[in-house]
Amino acid sequence: MKLQQLSAADLRQQLAGEGVWLRTGPFSLRIRSQLPRIAEGLSDLYGQFEVRNSSQAFADFHITLNPPTRLRRWFRPQVGFSFDGNQPFKALPLDQAYPMLEWGLNWCVSMHAHQYLIIHAAVVEKNGLAVILPAPPGSGKSTLTAGLVLSGWRLLSDELTLIDRKTGMIHALPRPVSLKNQSIEVIRQFSPETFINRAAHDTLKGTVAHMRPPKSSVQRQHEPARPGWVIFPKWRADAETLLTPRSKAQTFMFLAQNAFNYSHLGTDGFRVGTTLIEQVGCYDFQYSQLHEAIAAFNQLAGTPTQDALV
Amino acid sequence: MHLSKHTPVAAPKDLVSRMLRSPDMLFKFSTTEWDMLVRQARSAGLLARVHYVLAQHNMIEVIPAEARWHFESAVTLAKKQQLAVRWEVEQIRAALSGLDCPLVVLKGAAYVTAQLPAARGRLFNDIDILVPRNLLNQAEAALMLAGWHTTGLSPYDERYYRRWMHEIPPMQHLHRASMIDVHHAILPDTARYFPDPQKLLNGIEPAGDDLPGVYVFSAEDRILHSATHLFHDGELPHGLRDLTDLDLLLRHEAETPQFWPRLVARSEELQLGRSLYYALRYTQYFLDTPIPPTVWHDLRSVTPNAALLSIMDSIFTRVLAPAHASCDDAFSSIARQAAYVRAHWLRMPAHLLIPHLIHKAFVSPYLDDSTPKPA
Repeated sequence: MKLQQLSAADLRQQLAGEGVWLRTGPFSLRIRSQLPRIAEGLSDLYGQFEVRNSSQAFADFHITLNPPTRLRRWFRPQVGFSFDGNQPFKALPLDQAYPMLEWGLNWCVSMHAHQYLIIHAAVVEKNGLAVILPAPPGSGKSTLTAGLVLSGWRLLSDELTLIDRKTGMIHALPRPVSLKNQSIEVIRQFSPETFINRAAHDTLKGTVAHMRPPKSSVQRQHEPARPGWVIFPKWRADAETLLTPRSKAQTFMFLAQNAFNYSHLGTDGFRVGTTLIEQVGCYDFQYSQLHEAIAAFNQLAGTPTQDALV
Repeated sequence: MHLSKHTPVAAPKDLVSRMLRSPDMLFKFSTTEWDMLVRQARSAGLLARVHYVLAQHNMIEVIPAEARWHFESAVTLAKKQQLAVRWEVEQIRAALSGLDCPLVVLKGAAYVTAQLPAARGRLFNDIDILVPRNLLNQAEAALMLAGWHTTGLSPYDERYYRRWMHEIPPMQHLHRASMIDVHHAILPDTARYFPDPQKLLNGIEPAGDDLPGVYVFSAEDRILHSATHLFHDGELPHGLRDLTDLDLLLRHEAETPQFWPRLVARSEELQLGRSLYYALRYTQYFLDTPIPPTVWHDLRSVTPNAALLSIMDSIFTRVLAPAHASCDDAFSSIARQAAYVRAHWLRMPAHLLIPHLIHKAFVSPYLDDSTPKPA
């Protein structure tokens, strides 16, 4: 059963009671919340995801989003995130309830799922090959990811690249794409029919909204992809679209530093990382026009991965 | 059997200790029971240890596919932590090499460096070390020089530690974020019972050939220290994990001839008989640890009377269960408060305790600003 088949009343009732069991990629969640914003966010963005009766299913992560105290319900209302009874974060203003759910889910995965090498990077796929997009905030990574998945690329994840330690394949976690500040408007203009939920303002990351993942990406969420490229995007005003090779050694070091659990995996982290680097093309990519960037990526996806450039 | 006289009230929903007592019950587990076991074991810090126990029983296959990664991930983390602990201990030894004293590592770090069964699947929060009190300032200075610094405590807590505690405030490494607890005794000076640290230092043994200059307590003292810690510590987020440590230490040492009489005699010498009594009572209750009947007989001078025992049972069968909402009943919260007050009662006299508890209840909650914001 898909979440969109639940009526709004059923969804709210389940969230406030036993919880909603939801599958996203390799992980199952049991979410509970009395907050209408959480019900609204899930119904807006997770309609295509599988739900089950939460009282009979195994869930990887049991999470709750509720006001931290009764008093706070009336006075500057807040929301607290609880991972099975533990509060890893401080409460946030109620307006940020939905982004907090997404941040909390990222935390659940990156703190626990050590069966993967988890790199802080977006990842998209075309023709069976994945492009890993690691980049510091402000580099235009989310905008590019959103643009690509609205142009026929498959969304694997916008934040967490999950590399299976046994197979080296990348597993999909196609949750909503987080858009920040100007990129919200850029994507609205790029694709007016795409659903973006209501923005939360004044968060640690500025204004944040989430884009509904494409239906086809969600339907194929159990299909892993082979790593093809690691590309570091950099948006710069008026820059010409340019793809330049970069050193594999440097790329490896960057990925290791930007992995959530590289050091937890010991020598196996090194093995998984080097195996990945050996089979991908590594590039820097600068752009200013989203359409041109997508065209460049499409061209790349049409060429064999192991070119002799690097 | 000893416990049959006053069987403590059980926490029937505690799946972790139930499956540790009889792993065979897992063959009949439903999906929802596995769901609950993973949650409770995670809260108790025992996912990796449960995996280890199942491997020992050749029972890994009994874990349903969807639940298995939780255990395997914890094993990955435990292995990495043990490697890291050995390495950190070597760094601490190097940092303290100028001091005229041996480096003694305690608790989890001792089990790892001495390669004891109690290290298996053990997860870590910090590394505990012991230095003689007269070298405490030098040790702190040497650790600071090597990159560890005192973490941000409130001025009240800082003063409390320095004035009354058997350890200085936790030190964290600037780059690696590793935490060290530097002790000069195993209980505060103000405690009802105060085992002489010199007696403990006289009994130390080398941890192992691969870590020269690193020492651990003798087998009996390790067990007594673990017991003391359990029954003098106000908060027990890992109570069941610490009980499983004790269980593994006891089962391991029980193979040595004369172990039990030596343990009881040492507990008397260190004024820790009562702690040992409780430790044995509750490891047996939660984990079916085999304890010879003669031991109970030998401990009769420190055995509490029936009324006290029934109160202690109602407290400790609750606070030592996994720290998960599913293990709580209507009295769990009262039991936790009682354990907290009792621990402090044992640690300091009333004229110190009462102002401290008032500060903790009414002042600290409004100063606490330590939880991180989400990334």
